[in-house]
Amino acid sequence: MGEKLDYKKLGLKVGLEIHQQLDTKHKLFCNCPADLVEAEHDSFIRRLRPTRSELGDVDIAALFEWRKGRAYEYQAPLLHSCLVEADEEPPHPLNREALLIALAFALSVEAWIPDEIHVMRKVVIDGSNTSGFQRTAVIGLGGHLWVSHDKKIPLETIVVEEDASRKMGERGKVISYRLDRLGIPLIEIATAPVISSPEEAREVAEAIGRQLRLMGRVKRGIGTIRQDLNVSIEGGAKTEIKGVQRLDLIPKVIENEVRRQLALLEVRDELARRGIDPGSLQEEPRDVTGVFRETKSKIIRKTLDRGGKVYALRLRGFKGLLGREVMPGRRFGTELADYARFWGGVGGIFHSDELPGYGISMGEVERVYELLGADKNSDAIVLVADKEENAIKALKAVRDRALEALKGVPEETRGAREDGTTFYMRPRPGSARMYPETDIPPIRVTEDMIREAEKMKPEPLPVKLEKLVETYGLARGLAEQAIRDLRFDLIERLIYRYGDKLPAKTIVSLFVVQLRGLRGEGVDVDSIPDEKLEKVISLIAEGRIAKEAFEKLVTAIAMNPQANVEDLVKDLGLGKMGVEEASSIIEKILRDNIDVLKAKGSKAFNIAMGLAMKELRGKIEGRTVARLVREKLEELLGANS
Amino acid sequence: MVAGYGAELSKLLESIGAEPGDRVRVLTIDGTTIEGVILPRYELGDSNVLVVKLRSGYNVGIHAGRIEKVEIVGRSAKRGPIGAPVSLLEKEPSPPSRVLVSILGTGGTIASRVDYETGAVKPSMSQEEVLLAVPEVLNYASIEVEEVFSVLSEEMKPWMWERIVDAVARKIESGVSGVVVAHGTDTMSYTAAALSFAFHRGLPVPVAFVGAQRSSDRPSSDAAFNLLSAVIVAAKAPFSEVVVVMHGETGDTYSLAHRGVRVRKMHTSRRDAFQSINALPLAKIYPDSGKIEILDNEYRRRKSQGLVVDNGFDDKVAYVKHYPGPIAEILETLIDKGFHGIVIEGTGFGHVSTDAIKAIRRAVEEGIPVVVASQTLFGRVNLNVYSTGRKMLEAGVIPVEDMIPETAYVKLSWVLARTRDLGEIRKLMTSNLAGEIGYRHHVRLYPRWYHGGKA
Ligand SMILES: [Zn+2]
Repeated sequence: MGEKLDYKKLGLKVGLEIHQQLDTKHKLFCNCPADLVEAEHDSFIRRLRPTRSELGDVDIAALFEWRKGRAYEYQAPLLHSCLVEADEEPPHPLNREALLIALAFALSVEAWIPDEIHVMRKVVIDGSNTSGFQRTAVIGLGGHLWVSHDKKIPLETIVVEEDASRKMGERGKVISYRLDRLGIPLIEIATAPVISSPEEAREVAEAIGRQLRLMGRVKRGIGTIRQDLNVSIEGGAKTEIKGVQRLDLIPKVIENEVRRQLALLEVRDELARRGIDPGSLQEEPRDVTGVFRETKSKIIRKTLDRGGKVYALRLRGFKGLLGREVMPGRRFGTELADYARFWGGVGGIFHSDELPGYGISMGEVERVYELLGADKNSDAIVLVADKEENAIKALKAVRDRALEALKGVPEETRGAREDGTTFYMRPRPGSARMYPETDIPPIRVTEDMIREAEKMKPEPLPVKLEKLVETYGLARGLAEQAIRDLRFDLIERLIYRYGDKLPAKTIVSLFVVQLRGLRGEGVDVDSIPDEKLEKVISLIAEGRIAKEAFEKLVTAIAMNPQANVEDLVKDLGLGKMGVEEASSIIEKILRDNIDVLKAKGSKAFNIAMGLAMKELRGKIEGRTVARLVREKLEELLGANS
Repeated sequence: MVAGYGAELSKLLESIGAEPGDRVRVLTIDGTTIEGVILPRYELGDSNVLVVKLRSGYNVGIHAGRIEKVEIVGRSAKRGPIGAPVSLLEKEPSPPSRVLVSILGTGGTIASRVDYETGAVKPSMSQEEVLLAVPEVLNYASIEVEEVFSVLSEEMKPWMWERIVDAVARKIESGVSGVVVAHGTDTMSYTAAALSFAFHRGLPVPVAFVGAQRSSDRPSSDAAFNLLSAVIVAAKAPFSEVVVVMHGETGDTYSLAHRGVRVRKMHTSRRDAFQSINALPLAKIYPDSGKIEILDNEYRRRKSQGLVVDNGFDDKVAYVKHYPGPIAEILETLIDKGFHGIVIEGTGFGHVSTDAIKAIRRAVEEGIPVVVASQTLFGRVNLNVYSTGRKMLEAGVIPVEDMIPETAYVKLSWVLARTRDLGEIRKLMTSNLAGEIGYRHHVRLYPRWYHGGKA
């Protein structure tokens, strides 16, 4: 996937939704501690039923999961979940600490804060919430966030809500969740869909993360922040991409999605050129099991032995399109397969653009074409081998997806993978299914609350910039870089703590030059916890290591996440040597060379000094070496003469 | 006043002719514009705060004092005709022939629709809605739904028990295979006990009480699970007793059928709040498979006829708990007020303080039966162990073995509607009519509490 994309011309629009766990004592709606555990737990099984709206409809994906007989196993750690998480007790009042932190953020971006906060139930049907809904409340509307000292981005909503359970696994129809994460307070910040390039999206996500960290009241580490993206291009559709875990993945995910939408638009245009319309796709899946009685395909053989069937669907005019790449390593056929898997519960599909293959012979393919009355030169065929019922459902889903292809890009919720590609999760829910949480009365925002929140509110970046320049004497350019750094909150703290021993300029440079340089070289500096970086800076400030050792040490820290910093300093020999150790090294050198030194008489000191410095240069000051050599010489030569 | 709003907001909304459901743009004094749909003000909250539903579905409140201007941008949308509701099941089940279960509503809801536009939850007990909400019941029976009345559980009174008895009797006479009574959970066990006595002389088919601990508008509601279980009991249980059918444990695995005279709500909120006290439940029901597992083999068998109705409850029976306080004064007052009977939840074995014994003596002398059960719930009343107990017996109290106190109250109410003769009353109260008394408790008929360590 080569050529550079002109995002302006494509009309790229990206909106971000950032979910960040707040660092509170308790969860949002109960008194359980707000952190994760690996501990003993009870478990119980539940199901969730689709609820019906006033108009009589139900969420189609929810209905589908329910019909499949989907059940959820909830693991309930005794000390980190209670009856509230188990949906066995109504929620307690909204955690005031969490509310204040969220309000502080809203104030810091000058959002409009409601006079009364209404907790809502947002229907979520994947089982991650025991209640079947997520409790969520708008605490701010609008506002602007400083991305750098001279750029702001408009926000849409600021929401405080409960985190969902942790998915632990899936076995057949049962998905396992652990309740420790359920109810941890989250702040959700949604930008307006005004971001127009993948890089800008990363920049904005970083800015939001930085602003949250500046409050000092958010959780850190893997999984404590999650990014969702809304991506659309002109003529495409709004795709919701869930769960991007790393900032540096954001541009890649967006680029992949743009290319995917472009590829789907090309498929649409090609189908139009071929004269394919919805009427051309009015086909039913057909039983073609007979063709495969003697098949050499192991997969199909296994299905047939278990009493399964092979069904086939003709896609008129689709020849060659199923093999078209829509994302790195994913073809249009993959999109059809995603639907087949989701709606039919099957393992996958075979399609004519990859056949013969998988043990399916040319002869078998031709027989299927014949049976379906399909044209080998222009039609595609899709095969599914599974239980009859599933195979039919899967192929009907394939047909539905093919019909969507005539229109272009379907509205979907997709999940992000580690490699920056995405997969189909479910259709985008129509309008938000939200209604009031009647167990929690509306919360009046009082002046007291605002006053308390004001105390937590971080200063705007331009104010911080001036402070760095005026108070700490940083060059403006360096200060601008500092406030754009994701770890600006740490940098700021280190300047306060170590500024008297180490110039602010040095501290900032270590982060924005050295650390950034290491990241560029591929060192995973972003996974290093703040505490370890602070330790490194403190060692430099206390003169225990040279600042030149920073890069070597940080690299080692990144590569040995389990090791503690002091041990690494020792292992790498970066520490300045203690007098005692130096003294014993010197003694050994002198003893090893005692005869020479005796012979040299008055020149013994110069020779001894040369030998010692060869060994100890950079590890301890020369002055100390000289003193030790003099003392030892006296001791040894005196004793031997 | 407009839709529950205070004077200031009402005036403002009236001045522009805005009503709940209208889409408005609110300009605040700090220059923010908020667009959304006006919602009615519900009971809770400040009536000077305007509640608006944003396009995103969220509600926010704006105080009248912060509003600069409100303008209408769109009138309440006339919703298109309500389409045919989506069915939960792929194929509608065809009920077995000649099995008809009647579901009677008394309050409490099985089906709800949520209006995501306004946030309103509309509960319903109509036949159509119940079948839409829990279509699986059709696997076991044809269903007819009827609402007897609709009251909150805590509003239930003895005269309402009588109406429910009548309604159930009518259904049984019409030949149904079983009756399900949907009931609010708070007082469900009282009503179930009432029906147990009213039908104790002859009940050909099961009567299953059912309710929900989680409201039916939520995906996690236990309403459907419980209703399905209750319908399975009504349609095909081998026993013909009055039972309460509710979740057996916190998970959605099985439910339990408890005898109406033995069951008690033991938790404010848990799904498995209903448990049998001093007795084993009658059966386990697995609603996913339709299986019924009998736990207590001594039950009255289902038959084709033999309904005997003994309806009627006395509505002037007192139910008091002994406590370290002026209990004697309370008893005296009850006697003065002309109560027909008194049930006392005594301490431990059933005791009351010595000063109260005097009042008891007076009651009995005036022909008012005084029945004693224990506030420990578990175990049996025994007034022979200590002298206080013996004095109580002397005064003429009627101890009722291991009967749970609420059942003792319902039973006395039923007995008093039949006889006011103290001797007769004593005989009826101490006879086991509907399984309310048990004479043998094995060691497991007592919950094992959690004491730390491995659960
Ligand atoms: Zn909890």
